[in-house]
Amino acid sequence: MRRLRAWLIRLAGLFHTERRDKELAAEIESHLQIHVDDNLRAGMSPEEARRNALMKLGGIEQAKEIYRDQRGLRMVETTLQDLRFGFRTLRRSPGFSVLAILCLTLGIGANAAVFSWVEGILLRPYPLVSHQERLVTLTGTVRDERDETSWPDLLDVQKSCTLCETLFVSKITGATLSIGDRAEGMTGSIVSANYFDAIGVHPILGRGFEPGEDTGRNAHPLVVISHHLWQTRFNGDPQIIGKTQRFDNVVHTIIGVAPEGFYGTFVGRSMEYWVPASMLEVYSAGRYKLEDRGARWAEAYVRLKPGVTRSQTQQEISAIAARLETDYPATNRGRGIKVWALWETPFNHAGHLLSAFEIMVVVGMFVLLIVCANVGNLLLVRSFARRHEMTLRLALGAARGRLLRQLVTESLLLSSCGAVGGMLVAYWCRNALVVLFPGDVLYLPGQIDGRVLGLSAAICLVVTLAVGLVPAFQTRHLALADALKSGASALLGARGRAWFRSSLVILQVTLSFILLVGATLLIQSLRKIRTTDPGFSTTQVFDTWIPLVAAGYDAPRAKTFQEELIQRVRALPGVEAAAYARAVPLGYGSFSSTPIAVDGYEPPPNEQPTAEYNEVSPGYFATMGIPLLSGREFTRADDENAARVAIVNQTMIARYWRGQNPIGQRLQVKGNWVQVVGVVKDSKYYSMEEAPRPFFYVPLRQYFTIEPAIHIRTTQPLQTVQTALVREVRALDSNLAAYEMITLQEQVDRSTSHELVAVALVALSGGLALLLAGIGLYGVMSYSVSQSTRELGLRMALGASASNVLRLVLSRGLLLTTTGIMIGVALALLLTRLLGNLLYQVSPRDPLAFAAAFAVMTIASVAACFLPAWRATRTDPARALRD
Amino acid sequence: MSGKPDVWQGTLALMALKTLETMGPLHGYGIARRIEQTSGDLLSVNYGTLYPALLKLEQEGYIASEWGVSDNNRKAKFYKLTRAGRRQLEREAREWDQATAILARFLAPGVERS
Repeated sequence: MRRLRAWLIRLAGLFHTERRDKELAAEIESHLQIHVDDNLRAGMSPEEARRNALMKLGGIEQAKEIYRDQRGLRMVETTLQDLRFGFRTLRRSPGFSVLAILCLTLGIGANAAVFSWVEGILLRPYPLVSHQERLVTLTGTVRDERDETSWPDLLDVQKSCTLCETLFVSKITGATLSIGDRAEGMTGSIVSANYFDAIGVHPILGRGFEPGEDTGRNAHPLVVISHHLWQTRFNGDPQIIGKTQRFDNVVHTIIGVAPEGFYGTFVGRSMEYWVPASMLEVYSAGRYKLEDRGARWAEAYVRLKPGVTRSQTQQEISAIAARLETDYPATNRGRGIKVWALWETPFNHAGHLLSAFEIMVVVGMFVLLIVCANVGNLLLVRSFARRHEMTLRLALGAARGRLLRQLVTESLLLSSCGAVGGMLVAYWCRNALVVLFPGDVLYLPGQIDGRVLGLSAAICLVVTLAVGLVPAFQTRHLALADALKSGASALLGARGRAWFRSSLVILQVTLSFILLVGATLLIQSLRKIRTTDPGFSTTQVFDTWIPLVAAGYDAPRAKTFQEELIQRVRALPGVEAAAYARAVPLGYGSFSSTPIAVDGYEPPPNEQPTAEYNEVSPGYFATMGIPLLSGREFTRADDENAARVAIVNQTMIARYWRGQNPIGQRLQVKGNWVQVVGVVKDSKYYSMEEAPRPFFYVPLRQYFTIEPAIHIRTTQPLQTVQTALVREVRALDSNLAAYEMITLQEQVDRSTSHELVAVALVALSGGLALLLAGIGLYGVMSYSVSQSTRELGLRMALGASASNVLRLVLSRGLLLTTTGIMIGVALALLLTRLLGNLLYQVSPRDPLAFAAAFAVMTIASVAACFLPAWRATRTDPARALRD
Repeated sequence: MSGKPDVWQGTLALMALKTLETMGPLHGYGIARRIEQTSGDLLSVNYGTLYPALLKLEQEGYIASEWGVSDNNRKAKFYKLTRAGRRQLEREAREWDQATAILARFLAPGVERS
């Protein structure tokens, strides 16, 4: 306690120092006077009395100094002094300070932004949800490939899992809301009844779901709406609870309003409403799947009990899945359940973005290193300029430690400014990722929380030490005598301190080269992905869909409407073909999937063959431009009353018919035998990077769905077709509207947005790195030219021509670059493998990418060296020699 | 230098406290003089070092200070012992006694360590 009290008093002693100094002076003065009085009384002469008193007191200034140290906290005082001095120094050279702070802002900002994205999208993606560090996700697997799971399977896991604290289901869905005269499609979630309790989010109005509200077919038409929806569409109506609202034409009762800032549990989307699983039928085009173990649609989250690891849980859940396999072989053979970390969740955007983020963390570190090298270099240049000041201070008796502290304090000032700037950058960039997903309404917020701030502060400290110790390291070598002799001019490329700065430049060149190689590889890969033949036409085919369920259509009405509409569309000018299909390739919706059996194909034991298929109308292959290899297309005759048929793709033949002609053979789909009538070429179904997969098509009329997508092949521009379509739809039913129409190319582009993120960010930081390295190189060359005017002057006096000098300086700069590039090539060969799963049909050692990076780097360094070299040629020999 | 031993760091504070206890409120010069006199002029106090020591004691709350007027009408800062200072003095004096007793036993002639 006493110590604390003394410390506090000393802290207070840092203030009002002037008044305290005066008081001390007064006390010492009174001391002297009393002493002198004493001495006089003892019989000394006045002069002697004063002299004796002063002597006995000892060094007054020394005493005062000790007294001051005791009064305040010495460390704090010197730090304040250093800070004040540092500020003054930085203000004196604003150009340097601004450049250094900008560099640091970029470096720290880039990292802080990446951290905030990783935090907000991968690690703590769900604001307000409690204990996210223990959340994992569950999906089904079929022969080790990911699939959805079924509701009964999840209920069994929930019942038997001892390591799970809680399990809840949340599945993204969409519905049309009509409020007043406005109808709008909105994204929401189908959830289990325990959802809000499990995530620890409590509605601010009304309640969440109660146990049992997720059972019973259409038994509980209840909805919890988001704060955003409540405010924007219901004007924040405080009496909202108990009111009703149509979701896809089914009346729901609003029972709760979620708190502000809660966006649901789906990375990439902001949820507007939550409905219980019992309402599934409404949201899955009329199919009730809660009691069907074979209907796989659900995705689940699990919160583990504290201290439980993911692999332990995986073991337990695998055991449960194995038991389900034996108990229900018909539906579960070959199926398992997989536990995923939150950040690798495959069914939302987290899993897609993971590899891009991994790259970004590495790239961020690279940029930071480059920035450190650059700022270190700048400080170094300045420390040479300040050599005189430093030497003088050393000569006057400053301790080296004190100088060191001064330098570190200055770099702390710089990096703190950079850190503040960096946090601003991160704050501005928190929603920047969305920009890279054109056409999609994504919600991918970065989150700046304590952990992000802490990490950024740590980076700031590391940077401080890194850049501050560089010049400090140099002052260590400060030889008093040498440095006081001014104007000691160096030789171009002279050994000594130059090596340190040169190696910093080499480091920058190396790192930027690696980033350039990475960027080039990713750009190539993206180009490959986007130009790969998806197996269907992309440019002249448009697709859209018309929400019929919301408008109250049932199956018979929908059939009539679809038939009439397609006739009208086909009659439009410029339309070559048009057709319906349940799902769009590379779109968000998934294809139907079924266990299959094939005549004459004996599956290996423990394997239930499955395949995915699309329900398409006549004319689909012509519309899509998918070549029919043999057999026939579907016709209007392939309807409900006709024999069931299917068209298969090449991979399907290769796998199940050993490449032989399957036409006329039988295939079992959902328990019914259908006859194969045609073969089409393979195309892409889910992603541009996928390997060929077995796939088949069935007639839409035989496997009806109310809301298929309509595909139109036309020579007209998009806008014309869109307008024409809306006109035709309105002509049939004025209550209907069509969704946004896009080209299939747009669909392809959207499906590769995740790759675009990586490409854009790596390219951006590659460019940034190049710029920084250029500045670094320029700085080093300028400095060495300015330091070696005497040598250059001498050379020119002895007859060197301007071009000789130019070549001399350029070759020195290029030597640095070449060294950097050599090391860069070696490192890049090792590192680009990290890009592995982001690269599509591009080798990580692609020589073209290396060559391109080499060319860019070389051009940039020639540009950076040219100005100093040109300045060198302007050296006036006479002046250089005279000075 | 006068050849007299300087006051050891740390003991100066103890001496100052003891002086204030016996003499009552006193100014800095008075304390220094008193220490010298008590030691029979064997110790030489560097008066300058006394003030930081007094400041430290004051910061720790063992003494308090106040400006006043000296016997011969000089303005001076007077120090006096606080209650906490009195306790501290007792404690330190006890510790000091102990320490010297132990040391004395070590240095006593003819006693073998067992």
